[in-house]
Amino acid sequence: MTMEDHPASEAEIGAPVAGAPLRELTGGHELSRVPMWQIRLRLMQRSFGTTWGLFRENKMGLFGLVLIGVFAVMAVIHPVLMATVWEPAVYDPVVGYDAVQTEFTVVEEVTDPATQLDLRTARLELNPTIELGQVVSIPTQPAPPTIDGDHPHYLGTDARGRDILSQLLYSTRAAFFLGAVAAITTVLIATTVGAIAAYFGGWIDGGLMRFADLILLMPLLPVLILLSAMLEITMVTLGIMIGVLSGFGGVAIVLKSQALAVKVKSYIDAARVAGGGDWHVIFRHIVPNVLPLSFLFMMFGVTEAIAIEATLSFFGLLNVPMTWGIMINSAQNNGYLLSGTSYWWLLFPAGLAVSFLCFAFFLVGRGMDEVINPRLRAR
Amino acid sequence: MFKFLLSRLVQMAILFVAFLSLVWLLLQLMPGDISDTLVGNPDIPLSARLALQERLGLDQPLWNQYVSYITNFFRGEMGVSFSRYPQEVSTILWQALPRTLVLFLTATIFAYWLGFKTGKLIAWKRGEKTEQGLIVSGIFLQTVFYPWFAIVMLWTFGFFVGWFPIGRFIDARLWQGAPYNANDVFGQMILSVVAVGAVYLLGRYLIQRYSRNLVTQTRLAQVIGILLVGGLLLFWYLHPASVYVRDIAHHTMLPVITLGLVAFGATMLLTRAAMLETLGEDYILTARAKGLPDSVIRDRHAARNALLPVTTSLVLALAFVIGGGIVTETIFSWPGMGLIFLQAINVSDIPLAVGALSITGVLALFGHLLADILYAVLDPRIRIT
Repeated sequence: MTMEDHPASEAEIGAPVAGAPLRELTGGHELSRVPMWQIRLRLMQRSFGTTWGLFRENKMGLFGLVLIGVFAVMAVIHPVLMATVWEPAVYDPVVGYDAVQTEFTVVEEVTDPATQLDLRTARLELNPTIELGQVVSIPTQPAPPTIDGDHPHYLGTDARGRDILSQLLYSTRAAFFLGAVAAITTVLIATTVGAIAAYFGGWIDGGLMRFADLILLMPLLPVLILLSAMLEITMVTLGIMIGVLSGFGGVAIVLKSQALAVKVKSYIDAARVAGGGDWHVIFRHIVPNVLPLSFLFMMFGVTEAIAIEATLSFFGLLNVPMTWGIMINSAQNNGYLLSGTSYWWLLFPAGLAVSFLCFAFFLVGRGMDEVINPRLRAR
Repeated sequence: MFKFLLSRLVQMAILFVAFLSLVWLLLQLMPGDISDTLVGNPDIPLSARLALQERLGLDQPLWNQYVSYITNFFRGEMGVSFSRYPQEVSTILWQALPRTLVLFLTATIFAYWLGFKTGKLIAWKRGEKTEQGLIVSGIFLQTVFYPWFAIVMLWTFGFFVGWFPIGRFIDARLWQGAPYNANDVFGQMILSVVAVGAVYLLGRYLIQRYSRNLVTQTRLAQVIGILLVGGLLLFWYLHPASVYVRDIAHHTMLPVITLGLVAFGATMLLTRAAMLETLGEDYILTARAKGLPDSVIRDRHAARNALLPVTTSLVLALAFVIGGGIVTETIFSWPGMGLIFLQAINVSDIPLAVGALSITGVLALFGHLLADILYAVLDPRIRIT
């Protein structure tokens, strides 16, 4: 067992400190007979156990995790529903159509606009021979929620007769996808940049940090709006753009200061004395010890990416078929922006979905923050 | 202090040129050039297109284009807007800048002042029911889908309750035939508020300089504050343009409150976390052991130190306020830089959009500088030499 294949993070945890005899990790066997990966697996299990124990104390973080679970179920259930219960022609989130028929009684004086129709309008628009007291059924969009009939719409339909629930579920997948792409790109770039800047120092550090300052100068939303005017932006490119812009910016600065604290630890010196090259030390010893903080920023990164995507598609600047932002955008385009509670199903499901998913990731991030930073915990 | 400012200004200048270069590079990403927008038009012959390219300098080598782009920006020449044709970009932006600045500054100041006070109190009374409620609503405000939140605010307070006008900067019916120009009145309003703020800060400085008694200091500051605000209100009440001033102020309120609320949530959470950290320090224990009153420990010992990380976050909040400003201005039809930027993007008016983005960069830079200075003033461990 050389220093080469024994990363420092594991060496620290695996050291036979009080309450953690080495024997326990190997399942009671001689150390030399157990393959390395088994020990690693047990170490991971144990560190996961302690982390989970700490995380579990934070009720809000748990709530966030549950909320993310609910959204994950929503994302998974959409293709299943489309394949089994929902007729694609009616329930497709983008091209589906269902005109819900509403019955109106033709009257002289309208007292209840939801069930009555003015005689003049009825004659002009429907049928010139219509009489008072007759009942007509007219397709209405956006239709309020219905729970019975052949095609129930539990959250109603939008101004083009598309099912809101289907759109809501369909968009969940896109949001998760984008959040994952953006957060992973951010963390990959920021961790690498931070570790390299901290390890090498000097002009490399100076250059990278000045570049980070420059990126901080460019507010994410306006830059992305400008880019969307020039390029066709899809979900993947948007995720990568957000990831690159925040990965080289503020997150890199924070991770660099963490990497600086790691760099002065004695096991880094040990690894170098044992003959580890620069890149080996960076990726096997510094990066693994910065990773917990990176994961924290991943959670906040997801929150930011989802909010930015929703804002951009609310402005109608993205080339994507359907997202929560587009749902609000189409409500706006069809003139229901200030309809408030009378057409609540157009604005509230999508707006609350974005808010709650961001909320959930933020709560999980806060919970992880308490695990990493013990001073935040309740005493 | 002077040396510090000078070195910061030089750094800022370099950073800003780098920023402009980056924006220029972004522009080069666009396929083709501006004359390509004329390709589809059969009435424009190739010769005219080439002439346009020559006039705009698009036939020059890239390096020359770059240099003239940078020098033109510093001479205040940002080109002519496509969508508002005869108007220069700089003229349009110059008119919109004060409106955006007012939106930013009032929202930020309001949010930080209130957020700091609330965060301080909830950290002090840790574990109460109100704390949990405030934390949850703070997190929700921070993560709420902002355009949707703005729409809901506009609907609730502009339409349903009807306290505020629905969007826009002025009421066109009221201003028809008015003897004043809205921009001028607005400029005077800003000036008066800035003057009052400066007098207040000067007053506070003098009080702290000449009085050692904490209670007297707070009382005096309160008296000065009330007198100044009262004087300002009285001045505008008696002013001949009083109706119009009230109209503008009325239109300003809802966007400021909406943008401020969201920034408030973030500040409150941050202050709370920073307070909790300082409350664990030894000097707080010492202060308690000395028998100092609670309010003094809280305000003078803990909160003063918790202010530092909150100030740092001001820089990071700037990016949010700028992004949020675009959304706010769009939803409230507030004719500031954000709305102009978005409108320019929608009609591919690239000169206007780039101009707005560059001015945003200038704003962000000055925000960074301001936060640096504030930080140095607040933290005695950082001494500017």
